Amino acid sequence: MAESFGRAALVRHGVRAYLLIVAMWVRSTLTYRASFVIMAVGNAAGSGLEFVTILLMFSHIDTLGGFGLPEVALLCGSSATALGLADLLLGNVERLGSRVRDGTLDILLVRPAPVYVQVAADRFALRRVGRLAQAMVVLGWALTRVQVDWTPGRVVLVAAMLLSGAAIFGAIFTLGAAFQFWAQDAAQVQNSFTYGGNAMLQYPPSVFAKDLVRGATFVVPLAFVNWLPALRLMGRDDPLGLPGWVDFMGPVVAAVMCGGAALAWRAGLRGYRSTGS
Amino acid sequence: MTDGTGAETPFIELDGVRKVFQVRRKAGRLRRTKHEVRAVDGISFTVGRGEMVGYIGPNGAGKSTTVKMLTGILVPSAGRIRVAGIDPSRERTGLARRMGVVFGQRTTLWWDLPLRDSYELVRRMYRVPYDTYRKNLDRCVELLDLGPLLAAPVRQLSLGQRMRGDIAAALLHDPEVLYLDEPTIGLDVISKARVRDFLREVNASLDTTVLLTTHDLTDIEQLCRRVMVIDHGRLVYDGGLAGLHEVGESERTLVVDLAREMAPIEGVPGARTVKVEGPRQWLAFPASQSAAPVVAAVAERWPLVDLSVREPDIEDVIARMYTGRAE
Repeated sequence: MAESFGRAALVRHGVRAYLLIVAMWVRSTLTYRASFVIMAVGNAAGSGLEFVTILLMFSHIDTLGGFGLPEVALLCGSSATALGLADLLLGNVERLGSRVRDGTLDILLVRPAPVYVQVAADRFALRRVGRLAQAMVVLGWALTRVQVDWTPGRVVLVAAMLLSGAAIFGAIFTLGAAFQFWAQDAAQVQNSFTYGGNAMLQYPPSVFAKDLVRGATFVVPLAFVNWLPALRLMGRDDPLGLPGWVDFMGPVVAAVMCGGAALAWRAGLRGYRSTGS
Repeated sequence: MTDGTGAETPFIELDGVRKVFQVRRKAGRLRRTKHEVRAVDGISFTVGRGEMVGYIGPNGAGKSTTVKMLTGILVPSAGRIRVAGIDPSRERTGLARRMGVVFGQRTTLWWDLPLRDSYELVRRMYRVPYDTYRKNLDRCVELLDLGPLLAAPVRQLSLGQRMRGDIAAALLHDPEVLYLDEPTIGLDVISKARVRDFLREVNASLDTTVLLTTHDLTDIEQLCRRVMVIDHGRLVYDGGLAGLHEVGESERTLVVDLAREMAPIEGVPGARTVKVEGPRQWLAFPASQSAAPVVAAVAERWPLVDLSVREPDIEDVIARMYTGRAE
């Protein structure tokens, strides 16, 4: 099918289908308006509390692992923004397992749209805008307070950091979902890397054991979500003493992760179609 | 085995299709043993364009697996499938535009939105030209009596209303083929009748090829001139409904009312008494045999008052077919 359409047309087709389905879910959500408002506010408040924890900590201390409040806020805001973006756009791929279990994945397979797009848009949760907005407020505040000589290059670095961060989280969501083609109850495994990873990335790497930082760099490359680019932005060295160019590898790491996730998804879908559920 | 496959270029073609699943089964606390399940075990048939075919079989016979392979959901383990000349498993999304699918127990409609919104999504996702959409929707609304339902959220519809809604959703993009998996399951008599009338109309006026799986043989009797019976993954019958009686070795029943209560009738060639109730007795004889000699033999020796002949029940025929194979 890809050959006859051309890749660009296929992507356009996929994005269009995604937006169509998202619009349906948004309208479904808005039929329960009060419930939506409560959920969105609750979502923002819930993730806001994480930052309040850090504020409380800084009411007793001045630095955490050598980082001041604006710097920690930058880590918090950047990680939460990247996760919020990924979670909003395709966090619901994790529902794949339940679709496999109850057989409703078959309904998606007989529609003329890519299955991944349909699963990513499935039950699109507009309430997650609350969390994203809260994260962006923290990030915005931090960016005005940290000591940075702003150059065009550094602005690009921040934008690249957020986009690659979202892509890395998105890839982890997708890898987790692909795994659910085989093990339908595995949603919590990927959550420990996404939500759990976010909880870790809010703090400076210097407060963690080196082995953990190593793992977060080379095994599950969460360090590229915000640690490495943010340290570069703030002019600090990373605790592992990696060469300077590594700090700019975020987009490359994100691309590799997305490629890997795409392959895993395809393998999972192929497996499903040859074995059923 | 194949009468009814009239068309010269078949629309659906299956040739030696197999689907084998690996199933892990518990064999102790931790041990799992793998074994193969042949859900579909070498099926070949063709369906001409515009045919309406019933596909029946007991639970687990391989009906759904066949439909899943025809729609491209599942990739066959072996054999060849062509629908409209296309291999469904390789060009799934391309074929999706040309087929309609109704899974009886899983709705494709949007639970919280008005029925009309689900149809709008179909129009956009399948890129149906507006005029075509309008024409198809109007026909469905009229024939399926959907008018009062269009503005209602799907969650408020009854099962029968939702099924009608689902069938309409599957036809808005002018599909060349319609797969219906248990389309009348759980419906009341009136809804069933309406759905059947509609399917007959669609098949006749639009030349849509229809393949329907069902447990309800009335669906088949009223809709399909051709029926395929699948059991244990194999096609055990393919032909007209009437022919099933011969294959199934079914029996007709002669019900006789005698002048008074008597001992069970004996000694009538080809027939045996299966039930006695007061002066009334039931005699079973092969469906392939004429009733006349049996009636004559009874009338000759017993005080016959009244009689009637009952045709075999198609459900019994098929039930016997399944059990016959299981032994």
